[in-house]
Amino acid sequence: MITTLEELEEIANKKQCENNECREELRVCIGSSCLSLGAKEIEKDLKKSVKDRGIEHRCRVKGVGCNGLCAAGVLVSHYDNESGEEVLYEKITEEDTDKLAKAVESQKPLEEHRSDMSRGFFAKQKKIVLENAGYIDPDDIEDYIAHGGYRALFTTLNDATPMEVISQIKQSGLRGRGGGGYPTGLKWETVAKVDAEKKYIVCNGDEGDPGAFMDRAIMEADPHRVIEGMALAGYACGAAKGYIYVRAEYPTAVEKLNKAIKQANRLGILGNKIADSGFDFELEVRLGGGAFVCGEATALVTSIEGNRGNPRQKPPHLSDHGLWGEPTVLNNVETFANIVPILNNGAQWYRGFGTEKSPGTKVFALTGHIENTGLVEVPMGMKLSELIYDIGGGVSEGRNLKAIQTGGPSGGCIPADMLDLEVDYDSLKKVGSMMGSGGVIVTDDSSNMVEVARFFMEFCKSESCGKCVPCRVGTTEMTDILDKFINKEATKEDFELLKEMCEVVKESSLCGLGQTAPNPVLSTIKYFEEEYIKGIKDD
Amino acid sequence: MSAPTDARYKMVERTMKKLGYKRSALIESLHTAQETFGYLDKPALKFIAKRLRLPLAKVYGVATFYHYFRLKPKGEHNVVVCMGTACYIKGAKEILHRLEKRYGIGAGETTEDGKLSLLTARCVGSCSLAPIAICDNKPKGKLTVEDAVENIEKALS
Ligand SMILES: Cc1cc2nc3c(=O)[nH]c(=O)nc-3n(C[C@H](O)[C@H](O)[C@H](O)COP(=O)(O)O)c2cc1C
Ligand code: FES
Repeated sequence: MITTLEELEEIANKKQCENNECREELRVCIGSSCLSLGAKEIEKDLKKSVKDRGIEHRCRVKGVGCNGLCAAGVLVSHYDNESGEEVLYEKITEEDTDKLAKAVESQKPLEEHRSDMSRGFFAKQKKIVLENAGYIDPDDIEDYIAHGGYRALFTTLNDATPMEVISQIKQSGLRGRGGGGYPTGLKWETVAKVDAEKKYIVCNGDEGDPGAFMDRAIMEADPHRVIEGMALAGYACGAAKGYIYVRAEYPTAVEKLNKAIKQANRLGILGNKIADSGFDFELEVRLGGGAFVCGEATALVTSIEGNRGNPRQKPPHLSDHGLWGEPTVLNNVETFANIVPILNNGAQWYRGFGTEKSPGTKVFALTGHIENTGLVEVPMGMKLSELIYDIGGGVSEGRNLKAIQTGGPSGGCIPADMLDLEVDYDSLKKVGSMMGSGGVIVTDDSSNMVEVARFFMEFCKSESCGKCVPCRVGTTEMTDILDKFINKEATKEDFELLKEMCEVVKESSLCGLGQTAPNPVLSTIKYFEEEYIKGIKDD
Repeated sequence: MSAPTDARYKMVERTMKKLGYKRSALIESLHTAQETFGYLDKPALKFIAKRLRLPLAKVYGVATFYHYFRLKPKGEHNVVVCMGTACYIKGAKEILHRLEKRYGIGAGETTEDGKLSLLTARCVGSCSLAPIAICDNKPKGKLTVEDAVENIEKALS
């Protein structure tokens, strides 16, 4: 049990010394992509090779979270603790492990696998949320502490009032990363001001957008960062209990979080009277069940209560009437992961990144027809062209860019001629898309945009909870109409009906799912109308 | 109905106990039951309903709401084809169609001999490896239609 900042520092120092005993480290990425390419086996083989060569006292092998460049997995980084130099190796397979160990032994880099770390993919990123990802061992709380972890919590509990925390978060301008972009400080303040005996902090790790995996990577690579952010939220808002709701499709994230909570409990970093203050905070993980609508705040809360995940009308908002009817703060995983760096470095520092209205960074999952598929973190307001070309390496197989889809089923498609657009909440909204949780899907000129729109509509149709009519019936009807366009059997009336239905469903649905379901259709009509016209049969 | 004597029910019991037999333990209990038994059969649903003092209709309602819960047993081998956006853009539909044709079953079904279940998922979170299928819990990324068939054939043989 540790109760003081000094004891925390002691753990950090001890672990740092331990880390420094080995001058070098081979860090094997065990993020989900690399894992499915055999990263665990590679880690094991490397350990063995390093031992066989008798260099285990000099070089440690450890598994770390996602480094981001998933397209080039399995990634292994060779890090020198003394000089801080790093060589990144890509496309490592089980056959390469002994060669790699030999390279470490002979101090001659394995050139054929060496990744160019000066290229745009690395150089243009700014890692705040993911600063630990790829460096620390997510299974070891001491490694997190050695990298400055839980210092923000301990210093805050010792020196700051809840209102001071909220004021920092407000000044930082942090906006919710779950899609809507609601100011986090304001959300916390509302709940802090409510007088109630019980309050809850809930972390939304449902990540329902099909094609996004930012939150997964954060939870898997740096679970303690999320936990620390939640504990700080608990202190600021006066809540003693928190839940992390994670989709069951992410078993590794669940395992890492549970392990992390256990370790934190054991050290007294979670539990009663944390840091010898009067603050108690307890955390539990709850599993989702693969329902997109459960990412919606009111549905998520009722799902934690053990019910079908039907959303309800707002108000009352969660800040008054949340989990078990008590005031509740619900934030996205990435939002919580931003709290620690803000409190450590100050709101002004944070405002130094991003734009006036969207400060900080955003993690994006780049996928689809793009060269460097993977996870990137960039300052808000970066131009789309930089994101797609400088970082993403452009469209794969030398084809031409057609559109960029952001915001998942609630978002829209942005045409290739709008590459100058700055990526932040407000600009994306202006062009009919939205930030969403951060999935960026690139499509090349071989894609049919009506089919893309249909894909999302069909998704919303099967994910609609069925509670309200516009969403349940509307999404079904619209899917059918879109089919007509795809089969080139639509009429001009169908086109009008489709547009009208989009408006009706948007205006009259109960929750965000239905209200945003027409967006992919509307945005493709706006920018790719000719593809719809092609689907209208001649009369 | 007497409490099932199958030792595996102990696992479910443990989850319920940990959560204080509260009604909110329902979803967690269903997860444990599915993990233990592979799927949720009627005795399991009844057992949970009884222990948590919930109507069976409520338990059934929740179990059918979430895609993750299966009320039918899976085949001996399982293939989950990801139909998330990234995989869709990269041709997951063709892979699924080919498998459906090859094995004569639709998505969500099991072959008559119980050998193979063909399932779909909404993004398994490895989008950078799209298109992806999970064959017997092993993710196989950057698949072509041929790879997909080959992987299954290997598993089945
Ligand atoms: C249909 C639907 C699905 C959603 N899915 C998610 C999700 O998977 N993850 C998430 O963080 N927010 C999701 N949201 C947004 C949440 O309702 C909520 O606004 C958000 O989690 C609040 O956290 P933030 O303020 O930190 O962004 C979804 C909203 C809707 C309407
Ligand atoms: S879309 Fe298939 S893994 Fe994400």
